[in-house]
Amino acid sequence: MHGAVHDRGGWPTEAPIDRAEHELADWEVLVDALVGALSRNGVMNVDELRRGIESMPPEAYEQAAYYERWLYSAELILTEKGVLEPGELDRRPAS
Amino acid sequence: MTFAPGQRVRVATRTPRGHHRTPGYVKGKAGTVARLHGKFTNPETRAHGGDGLPRQELYLVAFDEGGFRLYVDVFEHWLEEAE
Repeated sequence: MHGAVHDRGGWPTEAPIDRAEHELADWEVLVDALVGALSRNGVMNVDELRRGIESMPPEAYEQAAYYERWLYSAELILTEKGVLEPGELDRRPAS
Repeated sequence: MTFAPGQRVRVATRTPRGHHRTPGYVKGKAGTVARLHGKFTNPETRAHGGDGLPRQELYLVAFDEGGFRLYVDVFEHWLEEAE
């Protein structure tokens, strides 16, 4: 049974498992800290984070790095809750 | 209802919209209750801003597939009694 893109346990594959360690970039550490702070302060929880990640279009999900998925979801959930205005993060770097 | 260790159970095959924590590879499969973990808030309602109450019993369920024994945590509302 093939479910949604994130529900991939048991998918047939011949590809080897990538066990390589990699350094986290600064932005990845910041995203982790941001979502942790939002969670501890009751703004969003881990199940909302997961729902947001799982709602990504499959192609975007496949192309996104782990913390890019977190950032996508945090922006979605915070926009749903009215903490962010729609498109607010996109406008900020330009100002 | 509450299941007991050793009891046979089958996992529902539904695919609700939104978040749920039952992996596709155990849906429709029969397994054996190995352990009761206790009651936990429901992630399916918490994922939509709810409080996750009432708490749902979470089970460790053993599935025997392809020569392997696989253990998966499954919430009670995903399980029904199996033969």
